[in-house]
This record gives sequence, structure tokens and C-alpha cells, in this order.
Amino acid sequence: MALELPENVVVSRLDELANWCRKNSLWPMPFATACCGIELMATGASKHDLARFGAEVFRFSPRQCDLMIVAGRVVMKMLPVLQRIWLQMHEPKWCISMGACASTGGVFDTYAVVQGIDRFIPVDMYVPGCPPRPEQLIQAIIDLQDKIQAEGTITGREFGTRQRQARKRALVEALGPTGVDAARNPVVQRDLRLALQDSPSRPSAASPPR
Amino acid sequence: MTDPLPQPALPESIAARFAGLDVSAFRGQTRVVVPAAEAHGLLAALRAEGFDLLVDVTCVDYLEYRGATRRYGLVYLLASTGGGQRLTVRVFLDDPQPAIPTVVDVWPGAEWLEREVWDMFGIRFEGHPDLRRLLMPEAFTAHPLRKDYPLQGRGERHNFPVLTRDEG
Repeated sequence: MALELPENVVVSRLDELANWCRKNSLWPMPFATACCGIELMATGASKHDLARFGAEVFRFSPRQCDLMIVAGRVVMKMLPVLQRIWLQMHEPKWCISMGACASTGGVFDTYAVVQGIDRFIPVDMYVPGCPPRPEQLIQAIIDLQDKIQAEGTITGREFGTRQRQARKRALVEALGPTGVDAARNPVVQRDLRLALQDSPSRPSAASPPR
Repeated sequence: MTDPLPQPALPESIAARFAGLDVSAFRGQTRVVVPAAEAHGLLAALRAEGFDLLVDVTCVDYLEYRGATRRYGLVYLLASTGGGQRLTVRVFLDDPQPAIPTVVDVWPGAEWLEREVWDMFGIRFEGHPDLRRLLMPEAFTAHPLRKDYPLQGRGERHNFPVLTRDEG
């Protein structure tokens, strides 16, 4: 069936169009805790000019953002804050782990520093460097744009990282009793509730009394 | 070259009142070692004598330190803003449950300093108005600057829920 279209009409898929809009209007949420944050500021400033890639609108409210840039080390006291901000961001959303500390803990292999935020929140892009130069962060944003064009969807549901993350969760549980009181951590409690809802095969003794 | 520092010495009235103090000097700095039971009295007397600024309260863990006989060495760094002198007061404490009376009633600024020492070393300051952790999360149970605490912790930094895409 041939369809007659005027020359000034372009046909696309809605998915493609939505992805094209999203990748060219990323609104970053700066989670800058250390020296990487300085490079993040330089990236947004006039010399490197992140506006060329449509991502210059830094917002400090997670409700307005769709790209979290974690720049710097995250200590264990800060991690519940990071997770709460991540949960407050609307779908679709992405995360860049900027620098060695955010990605792996860097040189701070101590009791207080989280050894890579990807243990606890999903990460789309890793930027190596200590700290990375603005060009590297811009490259990560360009790569993320390609990823959004290729993978992003309306709902963001099929990212399906639960199976991959389950392995890490098992590792955490295998570590056994630790110094942190899970009963007083609201994020832990919420996670336990989710885990109980999602696994009907779990023995009934583990479920809370009704 | 003249010595720019005031000659280190303990005030006469203090030396007379607290007999048997271990006073020593090193490179122009005076150090006093006092038993835990007399520490509060000595510090209050020094405050009355002109040492009006409590610069810092901190602690050293001498576990497995060469030649050390006591485990914890509390350090009170005092200064006199009027006279320009400085004084270090040391108090040694031992396991189990090292404790010492608070000096918040002498210097109100000691409150956070003592909270930090409690947080990091587990020295209990008796009579402190609000002895909570200062730096570590409230749910933390260890005292991380003790030498028998492993550098990489006991798994505290891994004990968080994992957020996935599905839960976003």
C-alpha cells in the first residue's frame, strides 16, 4: 500500500522521537561531594559549555532532573541520602558515576566510604579519572545520549537489572551481621518489604505477622 | 636567637594544690599527666587560673604500642588567651569501659569535642548532657579509631539495600 505524503512530513516511531527528545534535553542532578564536583562545575561553565549537548540545566531538586551525576566519594552516612534522591527522581532517569571514588571508592578503602555506588544504585556510565577532565564527562554524556537513543523507552521498565543486582544482594547478605542496626534504617525496612512482596516462594515464617 | 615562647611552667598555685603531678616539658611545651579521678578538679582549677580556652580534646589508642602500659591516652589541649601560655593535660584510661567525668561544666565548648572522642574511641564522659555520636551514623555500633577495629570496617559500608531499575 503506497501512502502519499507531502515532502515536508517525516515519518518516525513515537519511541524514536521520545528518545531523541530525551537525549537532547538531559537535566543533570549534581550530586557533587568532592573534587570531581569542581570539574563538574567547569563542565557546565562557559569554557566547556555543556549547553552544546542540551544538558546545561543543572537543577538541585531531584523532581526536576533525569540525570544524576555522582561526582566524588560517597560515605556510608550519605548513601541513604543518595538512594532517597535517586528514588525521588522521575522515570526515565539515568546515572553517571563520575571519577574513581564514586565508581570504586578510589583510594578511600576505609570503613566509612562506599566502595562504588553501583553496589547500591543502578549506574549507566562510568567516568574514569581522579578527577576526570570536563572533556571526559562530556564524552560520557555523549555516550549516554547514544545509549538513550538505543535503549530508552517510555516506561524504562525493561532495564531489568534485578537478576544482575540479586547477585550483589546475595553478597551483602552473606556478609552476615554488621554494625548497622537494620531495624532503625527506613531504607532497609522498605527494601525488606519489597523483597517479601516479590518472592512468594519465601517460607511463610519469614513474612511479617498479619 | 631568643626563645619566643613563654617559659613552660605550671602555675604555682596549681603545683601546690595538686601534689605529685607528673610534669614534663618538651621543646617549649608543658605536659601534665594526671590520674582520671583528679582530672576534673585539675582542669577546673586550670580554668580558674586563666586557661580559658579548651583548644581540643582528643585521644590516642596505645594498643600494642611499644613500651605502653595503659591503653587510652586522653589529651586536653589548653590555652590562655590572656597570658599566651599553652598546656597539655594527659589522662590515661584502660579497658574495660574507659570513662572520665565530663568537662562540659568547665568549658561548654567541650560538648562536641567529647562527643567526637566518644564516637571514635568509646571513652564515656560521665555527666555529659548529650553523649551521642558526632560523626558516624547513629546506628553505628563500633568505635572506629580504636586500633583493634579493622581499617575496612566490619561490613558496615556494605549493609545497605540495593536499588534496581525496577524499584525506581
